[in-house]
Amino acid sequence: MLKALENISAFYANPTRFMGLAARLHAPLWALALALLAYGLYRVAFVPDDYQQGATVKIMFVHVPAAWMALFGYSFIFFASVTALVFRHPLGHVAARAAAPIGAVFTLIALVTGSLWGQPMWGTWWVWDARLTSVLVLFFIYLGYIALWQAIDEPTRAARAAAILAIVGFVNVPIVKFSVDWWNTLHQPASVSRLARPALHADFLYPLLIMGGAFLVLFLALTLTRMQMEVLRQKLRVKANLHGHKG
Amino acid sequence: MSMKMSLFAAICRQHMQLAWRGGQTVLAVSFLFIAVTLLPFGLGPELKLLRALAPGLLWVVLAIALLATLDRLFQADFEDGALDRLMLLPLPFEAAVLAKLLGHFLALVVPLLVSVPLAGLLLNIEGARVPLVLAAMACGAPALVLSGGIGAALAVSVRRGGLLTVLIAMPFYVPVLIFGAATARVALEGGVGIWPYLGVLAALSGAALLLAPWAIAAALRSALR
Repeated sequence: MLKALENISAFYANPTRFMGLAARLHAPLWALALALLAYGLYRVAFVPDDYQQGATVKIMFVHVPAAWMALFGYSFIFFASVTALVFRHPLGHVAARAAAPIGAVFTLIALVTGSLWGQPMWGTWWVWDARLTSVLVLFFIYLGYIALWQAIDEPTRAARAAAILAIVGFVNVPIVKFSVDWWNTLHQPASVSRLARPALHADFLYPLLIMGGAFLVLFLALTLTRMQMEVLRQKLRVKANLHGHKG
Repeated sequence: MSMKMSLFAAICRQHMQLAWRGGQTVLAVSFLFIAVTLLPFGLGPELKLLRALAPGLLWVVLAIALLATLDRLFQADFEDGALDRLMLLPLPFEAAVLAKLLGHFLALVVPLLVSVPLAGLLLNIEGARVPLVLAAMACGAPALVLSGGIGAALAVSVRRGGLLTVLIAMPFYVPVLIFGAATARVALEGGVGIWPYLGVLAALSGAALLLAPWAIAAALRSALR
């Protein structure tokens, strides 16, 4: 099993082979993402209002999957960076770089929808709730990672620095999560516990899972597209360099 | 062995001397007091309010003053080639990095910590809290320097990488600030022992001590390539 995985990953270390695979995956992945998203939104439209929260509960179907993708995105960047740094797979850096802005946008969506959801619930746009706070810190981690890629001009140097940051930052995420949770229990406002719900009813659970699946496939489709763009950009750069030397 | 020790001490001493002669120590301490002076302008001069907020404010000010010192941690040595020579020494590069971090701690962070009681006085801090705040800072500050070093090392090849360093280091400061600022407050309010809090801070510093030198050395190596 592991050997087979190794073989597959070695096979696609060649950018041309990867581009061939990506071209074949591109359309089906996008079709699946859009279909799931459409079906999920359709299901969400017919979800009954919550007896406490009314129609605002529907924000959950965007907020919660976005928060999942925020975490998934950073884990994706971590594993891609390990693949690049430890196993020296050339596509690792490309994948990590491609996923970063997408993960950051999902994190931002989680923050904004959390704030929109909090307004009717808590009566204010922002509460230093444990989950919102740690998602905010995660957003800063994304920003630092993206800024580091942008700040270093030389591509291989930028890739190595970003991979080191991704790995060290990944260690930091659970520490931040734990300490923010603890900090929040120290002085928790009573209103926050209103959001602590009992187990989700099936009417809510299935649309939520469908939306989660839709966001996941959307994330993968976006990342694949950006990886294709990045490989093409690298090819262009190489070509430009060659011509520069000739001319 | 003893030669390695003396090399370590020499790197540490050199970093301290450069920080002191370059006026960085004075600048860092001045920065701390400038920040503390600005606080009452923002919050109002009411002594009761300042007293209640003082421990937390001191932590935030310490963290910001420390972040402000980070951009010179490796950058001068990177630009003039001194870092390349550090790699050639018969000393593991990680150890050389640790020597510089220790020098940074002694030359800049210790003076900041020494200034904290006086800064607390300006914020009308309760006398009984000063030793608690200082103990917590002494336990937590190594983590701040070490994780800040990661930011400084990753941004070392970036011209004017100061803000980038701050952005990278900030998420690492969150746990230390949370437990650090909680120490004084919780210990006085609940009568709970201060030791669990100091223990968490020391554990954060210990974890940073185990991880940061490797991450910093790897980041500097890739920048020097």
